[in-house]
Amino acid sequence: MVRIEFNRLRFLVIDDNAHMRRMLRTLLHGFGAREVHEAEDGAAGLEAFTHHTPDIVITDWAMPIFDGLELTQMIRQPGANSNPYVAIIMLTGHSEKKRVVSARDAGVTEFLAKPISAKGLYQRIVNVVANPRPFIKTKTYFGPDRRRNVNPNYVGTERRKGGKADIIKQAPLFEKVRSQG
Amino acid sequence: MAPPKKNSAAIATYGDHEVIQPENKLRKVVSVNPLPPGEDPVARAEKALADLSTEFSSWMDSECERLDQARRSIAATGFTAASKDAIYHAAHDIKGEAATFGFPLVALAADSLCRLIEHTPDVTRIPLNLVDQHVDAVRAIHREYSRSDAKELAATLTKRLRAVTDEFLMHENRGRPDVLAQIKGPSIAPE
Repeated sequence: MVRIEFNRLRFLVIDDNAHMRRMLRTLLHGFGAREVHEAEDGAAGLEAFTHHTPDIVITDWAMPIFDGLELTQMIRQPGANSNPYVAIIMLTGHSEKKRVVSARDAGVTEFLAKPISAKGLYQRIVNVVANPRPFIKTKTYFGPDRRRNVNPNYVGTERRKGGKADIIKQAPLFEKVRSQG
Repeated sequence: MAPPKKNSAAIATYGDHEVIQPENKLRKVVSVNPLPPGEDPVARAEKALADLSTEFSSWMDSECERLDQARRSIAATGFTAASKDAIYHAAHDIKGEAATFGFPLVALAADSLCRLIEHTPDVTRIPLNLVDQHVDAVRAIHREYSRSDAKELAATLTKRLRAVTDEFLMHENRGRPDVLAQIKGPSIAPE
């Protein structure tokens, strides 16, 4: 099992529902996190993101002013803020295919459907910390590589141009740490 | 003046895209040392959540009250952009929270209300009694949760609500195959 030192991570939780924020804070403190900041809508979330420079953003989708999807798009602007590569975990009650694809295409790192469990949240956090994906920048997309793995059975057109080198095999960080340790 | 901070991301440029390997600032928090015996962060978080659970019933009360207020607002002024948002968010929050709060049976009726609002192209065509029935069902299932037949009661209510809602949505979205596919489609979100 990968061991994450939660006490060295800074979280930002953005949700308009106070009950949900309290629950998430409780879970994160339970994992061992000490620094958990909160915001209650997308605009306050963006301000808190700039102010606190969190390592991991956990955001709801449906929120007033601007929603979690719009917030993600604002964060994923190269050069517009201090960390466009920040890990973003989206929590939502929306789990239809169209919604999941929209979140992915906005640059969300991980997606967690409600109801939330301690195990589900923990797994998403471990994944963004221990298995970071490279970022892809195209004319229409900037965010984590949407190809989580190489499918050897894929048949169809290669949509990325530039040759074989654009398929990058990522060694999980945990493996790298272990091999160096 | 200090020189600008060097961009430590490794960038490889290809035909129509760049692959960027950002500096991994989180590497420092990954440890190869095993967890001490008896140390389980997930169990600890579950315990913390269990300690908080004494408040869940009152939280659910307030969420149901919020849904009821949104319903009363629609009854008074009809569907407006604000009243539609209010009832949708109230139902959506209940759908997402109910299971965590220990009332999973409530989530299904709230989900049906979310679908009704989300997939109706013109919400002013939604019969208000269908909205009322959903809100009453959510509140009744929560209120009667301790009954021995609560599960059957919730199943009967939500099954009927869902059937009526689906019938309405199919009719309202006839000629919109993409929306119909979405209405009928299963969830693909990972557990």
